[in-house]
Amino acid sequence: MRRYFSKRRRLVNRTLLYLALVLFAVIYVYPFLLDIGTAFKTESDAAAHPLSPIPQHWVVTAFTELEQQDFVRWLANSVVVAVFVTLGRLVFDSMAGYALARLRFRGRGGLFAAIIAVMAVPSVVLLIPTFLVLKEMNLFNTYPGMILPLVTDAAGVFIMRQFFLTVPPGIEEAAKIDGAGIFRTYWSVVLPMARPALITLMILSFQGSWNNFSMILVAHSSPSLDTLTTGVGRLVSGQLGAGSQYPLQLAAALAMTIPVAIIFFVFQKYIMRTGEGAIKE
Amino acid sequence: MTVLARQDGRTDPPAAGGIRARRPLFTARGREAVAGWLMSAPVIVLLLVFLVAPIAMAAWVSVSDWNGIGSPFASGVHAVGGRNYAALLTQPGLPQQQLGESLRNNLYYVIIVVPVQTALALGLALIVSRKRLAGRGFFRTSYYFPSMTSSVAVSILFLYIFGTAGVLNAIIGDLGGQGPNWLDDPNGVLHIVLSGLGVTTAPGALANHGFLGVSWWDWLAGPSVAMIAIIALAIWTTAGTFMLIFLPAIYAIPSDITEAATMDGANAWQRFRRITLPMLRPALFLVLTLGLISTWQVFDQIYLMSQGNPAGTTLTPAFLSYLTSFQDQQWGQGAAIAFILFALIVVLTIAQRLIISERRAGRAS
Repeated sequence: MRRYFSKRRRLVNRTLLYLALVLFAVIYVYPFLLDIGTAFKTESDAAAHPLSPIPQHWVVTAFTELEQQDFVRWLANSVVVAVFVTLGRLVFDSMAGYALARLRFRGRGGLFAAIIAVMAVPSVVLLIPTFLVLKEMNLFNTYPGMILPLVTDAAGVFIMRQFFLTVPPGIEEAAKIDGAGIFRTYWSVVLPMARPALITLMILSFQGSWNNFSMILVAHSSPSLDTLTTGVGRLVSGQLGAGSQYPLQLAAALAMTIPVAIIFFVFQKYIMRTGEGAIKE
Repeated sequence: MTVLARQDGRTDPPAAGGIRARRPLFTARGREAVAGWLMSAPVIVLLLVFLVAPIAMAAWVSVSDWNGIGSPFASGVHAVGGRNYAALLTQPGLPQQQLGESLRNNLYYVIIVVPVQTALALGLALIVSRKRLAGRGFFRTSYYFPSMTSSVAVSILFLYIFGTAGVLNAIIGDLGGQGPNWLDDPNGVLHIVLSGLGVTTAPGALANHGFLGVSWWDWLAGPSVAMIAIIALAIWTTAGTFMLIFLPAIYAIPSDITEAATMDGANAWQRFRRITLPMLRPALFLVLTLGLISTWQVFDQIYLMSQGNPAGTTLTPAFLSYLTSFQDQQWGQGAAIAFILFALIVVLTIAQRLIISERRAGRAS
C-alpha cells in the first residue's frame, strides 16, 4: 500500500515539477518570441494582436525605418567601443594580474588591497565624477572618452590574478633558466596558458561594454557618437520617435541583442561553467 | 579565499644585502620589481585618472557652488561647506522632498526585488541542478539569457508588455478583467489596498508628520503601480544571473550527505531546510550582498522606462542625482546625492555583514 502511494506521489511531484519548469520557460522565452514576431509586424497589427508572436503580414518596415534613424552609425560606434574596451582590458588586466600573482615587488600587497577596494565602488556613483573628469581633460564627446572609463576595471585584474595563482610556476621557471626575460616569458609562455581566463574576461568585457548605457550616456552629447544603447535609448525615451512605435522599438531591441546572443551560444560552456563536471556519480 | 591565503604565504624573503640596494636594476630581484610596476602601470594610471581623480573632483563639486559652466577649478567657483548636503538632508524644501521620495521608492524596490529574485534564483537553480531532468540545458539557457541582454533591449520589451494596450493587459482582458495603465499609475500599492478597506484619507498623525519632507502616510504608500512594472523587470532579468551563482554551490554539496538523510527518513523539506540551505549559506550571502548593492543603483531602467514619472513615484537616488546635475545644472547637489547614495550602500553592506556574522556566532555558541 505504502509503496503504491509513494509511487503515485512521485508521479504527482514530477508532473508539478515539469509544470513549474514549463511555466517559467514560457515566462522567460515567450517575451523574446513576441519581440521577434512583433519586429516584423505593422503597427496596427502589433496594437491589435499583442499576444501573437506571428505577424498577419510579414513586413520589414521597422527595419527600414531603423536604418533611416542612423542605426548603422550606432552599430559602428558600438563595435568600436566594445572592441577597444575588450582589447584594452585583455592586455592591461592580464599584465597587472600576472604582476600581482607572480612578480615580487615592494608595494604589491598594498596595490592588491587597493584594487579590491576599488571593486567595491558602486558604478552608478561614478556617473557624475566621470563626466567631470572627461570635461576637464577635453575628452568629453570623443571616442577615447567613451572607451577609457570602461577599460578602467579592477574586477578583470582580480580574475586574471586568481587564475595565474593556479598555474604551476614550473614552466615559467624553465623558461627563465633558458634565458627568457620576464616580458618574453609572460608573452610567449604564460599568456597562451591563460586562454580560459582570457576568454572569460573577453566575454565579460564585450558584453559589459556592448550593453553599457549609463557610462556612454554621460561621456557624450553629440548624436554622431551614439552607440546602440544610447541611440535606441533616445528612440525609446521619446526624444526621437513619437508615440509607441512598438515594431520599430522591438526591432531595435532584437538587432542589438543578436551579437551578444551569438557570443552567448558560441561560448556557452565558458559562461555556464557551473562546476557540474566536478560531481562524482 | 584559499587562493588569497596562498599568496600571503609567498612573502618576500629579507633583503639580500648591499649589492641589491646599490644596483637594483642589475639583480634578478630588481628587474622583477621594475617589471612588476611596469606591468601594473597601465591599470594604476587608469584607476587614478578615471576613478580616484573623478571621485575627488566630485567630492569638491559637492561642497562647491559650481554651476556647470567652465571648470570647477576656475576662480569664480566657491566652497560652500555642507550647504548642498544640508539642502538635501536637513532643510525642508523641494530637494529634500525629492530625495525623500526617491529613497522611499528605491526602498520598496529593494525590499521586493532582493528577496524575490533570491528565492526565484535558488528555486530555479535547485530545479535545473537535478540530475535526471529532460531539457535541462534548454531551461538553463532560457532562464539565463535575459542576464546577457542589454538593459535597453529588456526595457523596450517590458514597455511593450506593460503598455496600456500591451501584452499583460491583453491577457487580463482575455480573462475578463481590465488592467491598469501600468506606467502612468502613480498610486501606491498599499494605499490602493487601504482604500479597498475603506481608508481613503490619511490619519492626521501620519499626514502631518514625516521624514525627509515626505509624510509618514506617503512613506507607507508602497511601490506605485508603475514601479511594480520596473520591479517585475528587475526580478525577471537578474534571477538567472544569481541562479548561476547558486548552481556550483549546489553541485558542491556531497550527495552522500543527502542520501544518508534520506535513509534516516528525512523528507524533501527537511533535507532542504537542514542540509541544502545551511550548505548554501556562503552563496546565499553573496547573492544577497550583490542584490542589495545593485538594487540601490537602479538607473538605466528608470531613465528608459519612466524618467522618474508618474508623479515622481519611480524616481530613485541614482536617477535623481543625474537629473539634478545634467538637467537642472545643480551640480553640487547632484554630486552630493551621489555621495549620499554611496554612503548608504556602504553602510547597508557593512550592516548586513554584521547581522549575518552575529547570527552565525549566536548559533555556534
